Amino acid sequence: MMNVMLSIFSVVPIQYYIFISAVLFCIGVLGVLFRRNAIIIFMSVELMLNSVNLLLVAFSAYHNDASGQVFVFFVMAVAAAEVAVGLSILVTIYRNVHSVDIDELKSLKH
Amino acid sequence: MNTLIYTSALGLLCMLAEMANLRKLILPIAVAGLCVIFGLNVTDWGKNGAYYHNMVVTDNFSVAFSGLLLLLGIFITLLAGNFYKNEESKISDYLAIIIFTLCGALALVSFGNLAMFFLGIEVLSISLYILAGSKKKDVRSNEAGMKYFLMGSFASGILLFGVALIYGETGSFDLGAISNYASATHPSVLFYAGAGMILISMLFKVSAAPFHFWAPDVYEGSPTLTTAMMATIAKIAAFAAFYRLFSHAFISVFPPYAWVFTAVTALTITIGNFTALNQDSFKRMLAFSGISHAGYLMLGIISLYGKTDNAIFFYSFAYGISSMAAFAIAIVVAMNLGSEKIEAFNGLGKRKPFLAAALTIAMLSMAGIPPLAGFFGKYYIFSEAIRNGHLWITVVAVINSIVSVYYYMKVVLAMYTKDSVETAFTLKPAYSFVIGFCILLLFLAGIFPGLLTGLL
Repeated sequence: MMNVMLSIFSVVPIQYYIFISAVLFCIGVLGVLFRRNAIIIFMSVELMLNSVNLLLVAFSAYHNDASGQVFVFFVMAVAAAEVAVGLSILVTIYRNVHSVDIDELKSLKH
Repeated sequence: MNTLIYTSALGLLCMLAEMANLRKLILPIAVAGLCVIFGLNVTDWGKNGAYYHNMVVTDNFSVAFSGLLLLLGIFITLLAGNFYKNEESKISDYLAIIIFTLCGALALVSFGNLAMFFLGIEVLSISLYILAGSKKKDVRSNEAGMKYFLMGSFASGILLFGVALIYGETGSFDLGAISNYASATHPSVLFYAGAGMILISMLFKVSAAPFHFWAPDVYEGSPTLTTAMMATIAKIAAFAAFYRLFSHAFISVFPPYAWVFTAVTALTITIGNFTALNQDSFKRMLAFSGISHAGYLMLGIISLYGKTDNAIFFYSFAYGISSMAAFAIAIVVAMNLGSEKIEAFNGLGKRKPFLAAALTIAMLSMAGIPPLAGFFGKYYIFSEAIRNGHLWITVVAVINSIVSVYYYMKVVLAMYTKDSVETAFTLKPAYSFVIGFCILLLFLAGIFPGLLTGLL
């Protein structure tokens, strides 16, 4: 597996991976900032985390060091826990407000 | 190291105790367990060590902060028994989540590797998201949970991208390796970008300006006990992690970012204090005061070169203990009068002289009046800042500190000069104990500051 990845790296330079991750990350950030639907915001956060995973795996193969790939497992586990909690908060909100639009959430003073 | 393992085990025990029909015993077990862990933590003093390939590091810094966090955790657990009395069937879940929050905080003060740092932040935050949204039928609590979750996961994403860039540059997650790399070579732009992103996410977590906007809403909407945890345990742990990260790994990126730190500090102190001036909700006022205290603690971080860990510890101690007393009193008042407005405190001086006196002392300590702990906290952090050549920012901080006396005194005046309707007022012994103990600690640390100043 490692050999296959290394051979891919001899073809695709590391800069490309950095660029694609940065682009994915920016799409995620813009989604969080500009979309008003909570579920789409969750998906954008996941996109941010997955761009990080891609970057970590790319660097891991570049440095020939496995710790980056192990870190990816931590990120995936934490993202799963995080989204489980986030969706359950969303369900309680939907039960009370009957909407998943975050602009509806203004009961607290701004 | 052992502290972290034992606390996690205690959290699991609390979660499983429900199955063994031990509901009545959970609270005493949790408090006794935390007290034992506190004792074991003290015996780690002076023993430096690194465990699991430098994942967890035990040194005096981590032992001191773990002790403070455990003490605050004991207070929270004591208050939780009565706070959740209407939801007795879920008490084991609440206690387990509170103790898991503590685990995250303990990991944050003793990490030696960015993986552990990330896990600590996430364990702390995810537990707090649950607690913030735990009043399922209350829209305000839902909203607080949602806002905290969105802000927190957004900040985590930024943090992770920063970690990935640092890893790409240095090839390691270990703090020592990162520091060696940065001092041996001239790091490229990737390293600075990564450190900058980690800095932004830490500013989110400690609610420093301009990333503080979530804090007042979240603090106001969450159940008050959770707010107390966010204001004390989460903030202190995040600051300890902030200090550890920048003093151990990123000390070399400090000069290019120095102006950012200075600007953030000035902005945080000023915005926090001036917005707190015209708040009528006690919890919201404490939220803004918490933002300004984050600014004072940032003063300790900008003078990092001068080894300010002891000043940060003393300030965290004073801030944490006085906030804990203030929130405990706010819980008692809200339970009896059903309101968190400052008007709810009207006439407390006549009805409950003990509570009023305690709140006055807590407020005076936060404002920094001698001979209380808050005064010496501010004194040490200001003198460290001056010693490291940050004169004008210290002047800003001192002026703000004078301004803050106004809003702290607003509550005190409401308690002693205004009248109120007579209502039955109950005060549970656990609350009197926590409040009394906090006040005692504030006096002890204020009259004998030497107990804590030579610690680290």
